[in-house]
Amino acid sequence: MTWNDFAPAAPEIVLLTLLCAVLVADLFVKDENRAITYWLSLGTLLLTGVTLVATAPEASTVLFDGSYISDSLSQILKLGSVILVGVGFVYARDYLQQNKLLKGEFYVLSLFGLLGMMVMMSANGLLTMYLGLEILSLSQYALVAFDKDSKSGSESAMKYFVLGAIASGCLLYGISWVYGVTGSLQFQDIAAAIIANPDLSAMPLWFGIAFMIVAIAFKFGAVPFHMWLPDVYEGARTPVSLYIAAGPKLAALALILRILGDGLGVVHESWQGMVMVVAVLSLIVGNVVAIAQSNIKRMLGYSTIAHVGFILAAVFCGTEQGYSAALFYTLTYAVMVAGAFGVVILLSRQGFEAENLGDFKGLNARSPWFALMMLFFMFGLTGVPPWVGFIAKVTAIDAVLTSGFPALAILMVLASVVGAFYYLRVVWYMYFSAVEDRSVLQAGFETRVVLSLNGLAVLVLGVLPGWLLKLCIDAIG
Amino acid sequence: MDLGHNILSILIWLPIIGGVAVLIFGDEGDSRSARASGMRMLALGVSLLTFLLSIFLYRNFDTAVATMQFVERVPWIESLSVEYYLGVDGISAPLILLTTFITPLVVIAGWDTIKSRPAQYFAAFLILEGLMIGVFAALDAILFYVCWEAMLVPMFLIIGVWGGERRIYATMKFFLYTFLGSVLLLVAFIYLYVQAGDFSFFSFINVQLTLLEQQFLFIAFLLAFAVKVPMWPVHTWLPDAHVEAPTGGSVILAAIMLKMGGYGFIRMSLPMLPDGSEYFAGLMIALSLIAIVYIGLVAIVQKDMKKLIAYSSIAHMGFVTLGFFLLWSLDGGTGAELGMTGGMVQMVSHGLVSGAMFLCVGVLYDRTHTRQIADYGGVANTMPVFAAFFVLFAMANVGLPGTSGFVGEFMVILASFKANFWFAFFTATILVTGAAYTLWMIKRVLYGEVANPQVAALKDLNRREYVVLGVLALSVLLLGIWPAPLVEMMSATLQQLVEQMGQSKLAAL
Repeated sequence: MTWNDFAPAAPEIVLLTLLCAVLVADLFVKDENRAITYWLSLGTLLLTGVTLVATAPEASTVLFDGSYISDSLSQILKLGSVILVGVGFVYARDYLQQNKLLKGEFYVLSLFGLLGMMVMMSANGLLTMYLGLEILSLSQYALVAFDKDSKSGSESAMKYFVLGAIASGCLLYGISWVYGVTGSLQFQDIAAAIIANPDLSAMPLWFGIAFMIVAIAFKFGAVPFHMWLPDVYEGARTPVSLYIAAGPKLAALALILRILGDGLGVVHESWQGMVMVVAVLSLIVGNVVAIAQSNIKRMLGYSTIAHVGFILAAVFCGTEQGYSAALFYTLTYAVMVAGAFGVVILLSRQGFEAENLGDFKGLNARSPWFALMMLFFMFGLTGVPPWVGFIAKVTAIDAVLTSGFPALAILMVLASVVGAFYYLRVVWYMYFSAVEDRSVLQAGFETRVVLSLNGLAVLVLGVLPGWLLKLCIDAIG
Repeated sequence: MDLGHNILSILIWLPIIGGVAVLIFGDEGDSRSARASGMRMLALGVSLLTFLLSIFLYRNFDTAVATMQFVERVPWIESLSVEYYLGVDGISAPLILLTTFITPLVVIAGWDTIKSRPAQYFAAFLILEGLMIGVFAALDAILFYVCWEAMLVPMFLIIGVWGGERRIYATMKFFLYTFLGSVLLLVAFIYLYVQAGDFSFFSFINVQLTLLEQQFLFIAFLLAFAVKVPMWPVHTWLPDAHVEAPTGGSVILAAIMLKMGGYGFIRMSLPMLPDGSEYFAGLMIALSLIAIVYIGLVAIVQKDMKKLIAYSSIAHMGFVTLGFFLLWSLDGGTGAELGMTGGMVQMVSHGLVSGAMFLCVGVLYDRTHTRQIADYGGVANTMPVFAAFFVLFAMANVGLPGTSGFVGEFMVILASFKANFWFAFFTATILVTGAAYTLWMIKRVLYGEVANPQVAALKDLNRREYVVLGVLALSVLLLGIWPAPLVEMMSATLQQLVEQMGQSKLAAL
């Protein structure tokens, strides 16, 4: 084996090496100099990103006896998650410092989680997928509890851990059934085995698929496996909520596209029904329950569930068009939700935790620019043009209608009208309500720049979405 | 850049860029500072320049042809076959002119009455103007939809930030109502795209559809457009929105945004779904007549001036939808064209008249901060010039010959007479109810003894208000006495449209 055989896996190798270096370096950094860890982590992300772009293979390459794949899908997802984790670091810095939480663990765990995500995105077999998922999940459990004095943090971490362990168990159990039926763990071999012997797509395979869908739905936070999600968003510190809301959604998409698309795409009739039920329930429950939330983090949690419904509805089609729509939707959704959490982080400062919708009252009078950015995120999540959420909605509906399910398309748009209410309520508090607290939001230079770029990205991607759409279509095709 | 080729893009983007500039340049602290007045001049300048450019559009508009003019067509989102596709014909050109004409008046009307956050206020109106022109100029369904929905955002903020006491209720209702109406339009557009292959309106017109498909699509279109018009029974958002909106918001709502519903019917429902339209024509006529008769009666009992004008708007918009859907009740083509021309003229005229009426109420409201009819009386004694204007606009609202209100209403009544005596009978009741609610309001507000010290202290129009109302009065009279240029502008397009509607899409299947 030469270096060239490893080259497509270089991003993970670089990331792992550098994050170990960060881990060691952090031991020697004093608390008052903790910013060094922050900059080292950002540097790690930068180098990982550069490696990603530099080692991008021309065609999809399979490594390590077929367990690892590097293709355009994995490239686009990895790049997306590296950027999102970096954006999260920038937003989190001042908040962590002021709450005396600026510790190396946050960065190291986040980077380990990123490694897990990247392994999932490049998984070409069920075992690699499981390995990546566990690296990601264990980092997330620890991150949720990383503020050791917070009771709600520990509580939600416990809840997350127990339920997450059950979901992982379901996945493993499902994997074992599929392996038993098809005799393989590699996606291409599974597909080939099913094509070679159509009788396989019978009860035992179904059984395995059902268990895997449970696990996928859990990781995505889709109804009825969504219970953990609002609690974790609320219980975790806001930067951790941001982290969980953005990057891991891309990893969950890789999970579903690789398993259901690459591996079991040939028998999509057998999982379509299950995905449809989960998608419809998520659309309805997510949107309706979000209305009742007065806590912004819980509200964003339920709104995530609703958006997962949209993503699953696109995946449900079982067509390439549906997969690329889901990819576009997930990427743009993650950008919007990262920005929304960014503003929530900005609002909570100096021991004050902004959690209630009421904390947004009069934000336009306090900091018009940040209010405008939040307006962009809220209307983007609603799916109002010209923000990018609209284009995402169009691609998903287009896929559903092309596959011939007008009733599902109508349900999707009606659910988005219900969703409009709670997003608009944030705008209403920011713009229409009287000011209670006149203080201007304080933000460091990087936060200011990154948040503005984040907001403008939501607008610019909505006006000029062509290139990203094309990337998404190429990634699937 | 060639003005002739890019005029529509310029008309759309100039106000939007101007609005962003106002937002950046504006000083939020003090509405009387030099910077704030510079910002106002900028807003006015941008809106006037847009108006002048639209005059250029009018001068170069060829009334002899029915095809699209000033066409701009470049790919926008290639993987979805979405194009940046603009063009105007006899239907959209008058409405674009109306938009560019009303916006500077709204800017002037808000000149010093808006005290809080003036920069955001003027920016919202300018961005709104660009989006509204985009709605009328778009020939690609997604481009149309982007403008159609994006428009809700500035209006949502205008009502919510600068509105009256119950503004939050009103603006949430406004947004959710119209959003609910239009999401099904999006599904319908994408459905048509899946059938037709791209989003251009012309592909939608040419694609073959079964009757069942046309019926479903018509219902989806109907929900979107009926909410905007608004038609009975989905009109309830309008009185709330109008009452709570600031004067400028009410004017734009009544003068232009309501026209988008009518525009949607004539641009999309009728040519794209001829058989669906035929199937539902009876329903449309019935709903229009209910709006004219029932809402006319509702308007009579209103105690709030803005609410009264809002209901009057719903009744008058009933003429528009009635005129559009008469074709299938008529044998010949000329009657149908008359009805459609009447509907279009009514849209333009109502834009001017209802805008003017809301401005008049705004003039009173700025002075006394009440809109209740009962709080006034004898205003003509203290504000004679204002009273003259108000009476003129009231007469136009009633449809007095010589004002613009007469032309469209007369054409529609004439066309409905040819169709069915009873249509004409019910339509003509507006001549009675319209006179009743408008003139009774005028009587109670303007005439009689001076009712209270507040009225006695009223000052007549200042120069700014005088200019705004004067310009509107002139245009109302001009259109009433000499409507020929307007009618000529749209006749070729409407002729072609009537032909198109006559061609069933079912025959080819």
